Amino acid sequence: MADEPSGDGRREEIESAEINKEDITKEETGAGSEPASSSPAEPEVCEAVVAKLEMVADESVPNEPGLAETSAETTTKAEGPELVRAAYEHPLAIRITHWVNAISLFVMITSGLRIFRAFPSFGPKIPEKILLDIPKSLTLGGWLGGALQWHFTFMWFFAASGIFYVLFQIFSGHYRTMLFTPRDISGVWPMARHYFLFGPKPPARGQYNPLQKLAYTSTVAFGALSLLTGMVMYKPTQFSWLAFLFGGYHLTRIWHFAAMCGFLAFIPGHLIMVALHGWANFFSMLSGWKREPEYQE
Amino acid sequence: MITRLEDKELKRKSRRELLKLAPIVALGAFAFPKVSDRLIEEGVRFSDWAAGEMFRSQHLAQTFSNSDVVPFTKFPYNFYDVVDPGVDLAKWTLTVEGDVQHPGEYTLAQIQALPKKVQNTRHICVEGWDVIGSFGGTVISDFFNLIGANTKARFLEVTCVDDYYESIDMASALHPQSLFCYEMYGQPLDRGHGAPLRLQMPTKLGYKQAKYLDTIRITNVLTPGKTGYWEDQGYSWFGGL
Repeated sequence: MADEPSGDGRREEIESAEINKEDITKEETGAGSEPASSSPAEPEVCEAVVAKLEMVADESVPNEPGLAETSAETTTKAEGPELVRAAYEHPLAIRITHWVNAISLFVMITSGLRIFRAFPSFGPKIPEKILLDIPKSLTLGGWLGGALQWHFTFMWFFAASGIFYVLFQIFSGHYRTMLFTPRDISGVWPMARHYFLFGPKPPARGQYNPLQKLAYTSTVAFGALSLLTGMVMYKPTQFSWLAFLFGGYHLTRIWHFAAMCGFLAFIPGHLIMVALHGWANFFSMLSGWKREPEYQE
Repeated sequence: MITRLEDKELKRKSRRELLKLAPIVALGAFAFPKVSDRLIEEGVRFSDWAAGEMFRSQHLAQTFSNSDVVPFTKFPYNFYDVVDPGVDLAKWTLTVEGDVQHPGEYTLAQIQALPKKVQNTRHICVEGWDVIGSFGGTVISDFFNLIGANTKARFLEVTCVDDYYESIDMASALHPQSLFCYEMYGQPLDRGHGAPLRLQMPTKLGYKQAKYLDTIRITNVLTPGKTGYWEDQGYSWFGGL
């Protein structure tokens, strides 16, 4: 068999092509009962059949029927689309909460600064010591009342997306990708050295490096802190137990401000990193899918 | 978790996942001032509703010892128009209207004849500052008993000599620490702090504590567009703490 040139394989394929020709003819003429040979074939059908026969002839050029399978496989590989490495990094719940949070955080910080402007101090009213003169252009709401309206509207979005995010992370187990644990401590310095001091890049292990985990875990802590202290400032009497935990009403207001400072420390670094890592990385927070991730697992 | 898939497949999946975020675009409505004005008003309305639900009518605000109280000179005078609207204290009476059994004019002496409550509580301004002061007066619910107020009604409306006006939900008005205040630091209320009578409710923000009271009204329906001087400009109506 192996020594035979061309051979049965080719003949069989031509035969099957002829059967196809009959089928096509039947379909085209609509005369199923009549034998194919007796019905005058349409010119186009003839052409089609000829083309098909030529194709069959071409394909059967490799003369070794035993190698036919292997060669066919090689052909598929060469002609088929290339596979792309990709990872589904961000489940829908994470993406939704990320963007709702991004929008609400923007509103909460800008309106919060406007609210702070009404009494930019942590001390007594008399004598009032102005600690910060925040430019109006950085604030939202136009005046204290308007800023409070934004704050009191978006606090619900902020709280709802935050609570939903944390519950999702816990119950889906997805938190393992981002939660900073004691194991990550040793990896923080090499990563920081790489980012800020042009040190060597430590090998990427998971979706996030230890510094990222620290940053993302911190934002969850800032979120929890701003939510809880916000509750105290909104209803200090109803949440008096919580006010007590934060060391009283005055300290709560400072904690609330500190939580915002935490976010303000995170956001520029986060945005710079997003810009540096390019479109595929940014797009993954929109589509969930990251093309060609850096890590190997 | 790395997977390998065709470029076309990755694009298709990405597009589908991207479309699932479409509802978030609805938040873009807030970018249009005409729409956002309405939306943030609704947001405050919702917050006020939630605040009303959160309010515990018998839960007391924190009280302080005399050593925690700031000196009287460091208790700010806050006013929207004039610090002293020139009330004729000798002729002053409180007008009582609305859903009450005994409407009419009440003198300060009649109010002071009721048991006096003195409390050191925190006065919190919407601006963010606060001050612990000493306040004395008649518990509002005691005065409501005197005038035969229908406490099933929903609101207490007040108007002031300086044309300031306010309205308070009944639950907050009936709170055991809510006062018709006529004393501060053991002295009769001075003109700048609202003589002869003001509201003093440690469960409410400062702008709810109307000074120089002139008329009170028990009602189920708030006067439209007159729910409170600052509230009509955008402050939260509930203003609770």
